[in-house]
Amino acid sequence: MSISVSSTPFRRSLRSKLQALRDVPVGSWFLGAALAVLLEWYIGPALAYALGLGQIPAIFGLSLILKKPWLIPSVLLYLVLIYGLPLAVMARLSAGLIRRLEARLSTGVYVGLHLVLLFFLLWAWSSADDYRLLVIRLLAINILATMSLNIVNGWMGEFSVSVAGFMAVGAYVSSVLMVWGFVNDDVFGPPVFPPQLAPMAFPIVLVIAGAVTAFSALAVAIPSFRTRGDYLAIITLAYVFIVRSFFENMEFIGGPRGFMNQPEVAGFPMVFFWTVFGIWVMRNYVTSILGKATNAVRDNESAAEMMTINTRAVKITAFLTHAFWAGVAGGLYAHVIGYINPATFDIRRSAEILGMLYLGGLNSITGSLLGPVLFMFLSEVLRPFQLLKWLVIPVILIYAMIRRPRGLMGFQELRIPFLERRRIAREEEKLHGAAGD
Amino acid sequence: MSQIAQQVFNALQLGSFYALIALGYSMVYSILMLFNFAHGDVFMVATYIGYFVAVGLLGLVAASMLPLPSWALFVLTLVLTMFLASFVGILVELVAYRPLRDAPRASAAITGLMVGIFMETGVLALLGASRKDFPALIPPQTFQLGPIYVTNLKILTLGMTLLLLVLLYLLIHHTKLGMAMRAMSFDYAVVPLLGIPMNTVISFTFALGSALAGAAGILYGMSYPVLDPYMGVIIGWKAFVAAILGGRGSIFGAVVGGFMLGAIEILVAATMPSTMRDLIAYSIVLLILTFRPYGLFGEEYSARLRL
Repeated sequence: MSISVSSTPFRRSLRSKLQALRDVPVGSWFLGAALAVLLEWYIGPALAYALGLGQIPAIFGLSLILKKPWLIPSVLLYLVLIYGLPLAVMARLSAGLIRRLEARLSTGVYVGLHLVLLFFLLWAWSSADDYRLLVIRLLAINILATMSLNIVNGWMGEFSVSVAGFMAVGAYVSSVLMVWGFVNDDVFGPPVFPPQLAPMAFPIVLVIAGAVTAFSALAVAIPSFRTRGDYLAIITLAYVFIVRSFFENMEFIGGPRGFMNQPEVAGFPMVFFWTVFGIWVMRNYVTSILGKATNAVRDNESAAEMMTINTRAVKITAFLTHAFWAGVAGGLYAHVIGYINPATFDIRRSAEILGMLYLGGLNSITGSLLGPVLFMFLSEVLRPFQLLKWLVIPVILIYAMIRRPRGLMGFQELRIPFLERRRIAREEEKLHGAAGD
Repeated sequence: MSQIAQQVFNALQLGSFYALIALGYSMVYSILMLFNFAHGDVFMVATYIGYFVAVGLLGLVAASMLPLPSWALFVLTLVLTMFLASFVGILVELVAYRPLRDAPRASAAITGLMVGIFMETGVLALLGASRKDFPALIPPQTFQLGPIYVTNLKILTLGMTLLLLVLLYLLIHHTKLGMAMRAMSFDYAVVPLLGIPMNTVISFTFALGSALAGAAGILYGMSYPVLDPYMGVIIGWKAFVAAILGGRGSIFGAVVGGFMLGAIEILVAATMPSTMRDLIAYSIVLLILTFRPYGLFGEEYSARLRL
């Protein structure tokens, strides 16, 4: 008789603990995180100084550990005191209360409240440090780009690598419009509109940039009617090279030297809003009947066509949605960094975003969030190693792909218990309603 | 007239590099149905190997421990580099593709890309950012053929490429391993049932492609003697485009695609500002693929390809 490892008492107790954690509502975790952020805001700097860390550890102190290993105890203590303890205590204490509160909320209010809470949490957390603010905005942009890429690569099953090209078009179009409209620039002369209007106009400019990107994506979308797979991959690859070469030859916007002077309009609220809005739109897209049609085209194009799916419309919608949101991501990127050049958007950036996508998992909204978070986390933690970072990240990604070839969350979603219960309730109601008729 | 003939030679030279590298993409594709995205960086590593072999051999000659004429030195360098480079390809397959053979192909593409980035960074970290100058193995000479001037390097590149292509043809059509490769590209599923060692054949295919990339590396290094760790990105992706242009998995197509891309690039460079080269070249590729979506020699439905 053998005892399998998974049923040892320790494992079982761990699993029951984890199960208990799963039952803690998301709102309680957010409250705990809010407490942690407040603590860091008020006593973080003092504590960090007392522990000999100098300043508050930017990304959970991991890069600090790698750089100065003797600080490990201090960093751990800081993490436990500022993050771990408040999070655990608050989540535990508020779980019952939050659960009772939740039950009274409608699904829409529930989601809205959580988003507002998440917004203030992230904003407060990242405002403590300029570096954090930059990283969190870049993360949001990467999430937007990854999610948009997931529509074509995941839901439609193509292998598109043109995301860097789309970002480049969006970045250049939005930068040129903003600088022409609102900045006193050497190239475009005095601003056309009063510069105070810049933040108001930025969303409009982003939409224009996204639309122009989507229009340029027709170069990829139209060939996709006749070809699939590897040949389409090469067309998207050619698109990246063409875009890069095109902007390198546009001398009046800097050519290979790049283009700068973008007004500072992409603060955290702006980036957060666009990311959430983009994810929401794309979520509606992929869960709609059109999303199902996209999946059908992926699984069997001929069969989809026979089921009266207009495959051309599906393909063009998928590519244009991808391009639009990648263009918006590029526009945000240009205004977060404040400088772009054609080399920023070379094939390497596509490879990065592909890495995030396949790490997170295809055909999954959760995956599109998880992949960039993990990738960016790794990349920021390993930043002190500079060059060696690009030796470690590929190894980790290769290992991850070998262990989980479909990515961490490929073809599955994270189920939030509350929303899940609501969904089941709704469907049961529908069933009963149908039976009543 | 002489201008045109001159440019034809340039195009043939550039096309030779593309063709040799594109073969690596196509052969792997015809067997495994996946593109080895690390192949450009295999070419880069192979070129560096060639550099060290050449420097080492030249050092031996200078110390008069190896009394060889320059042509023998060149051949020795070429053979040694091709031999060593083939191990790079075998290693890439072992690390990036073998564990993922049953996984979705896109996952294998990601591991390939990552292995490529790893190799670029590895070379950069090991050798530093300073560029290496490839030593001149053969003293440069210029011949005059009627009105045109041709360097011996161009003739050597073209001749070597043709020789390698002939050898490759003989290998694929007149040896047992070549027969196994053709069998695998014909029907991947049945071949292991016939007792053909699948992994050996796949490794051999990778080795063959990398050896050709090694030869391309030596010839490239002699013609453009500045090496840097990112050279594989530019040349490799272009060779990839050439392989697709010819039709995926078709050896003949890869060669034609390589020479065609070389011709397009030289034509653009000769008639327009050189910064427009990539723009026009890739636009032409895009147009060709829009009207012939399966490449020049590819077939629409039979993804299994002819070696």
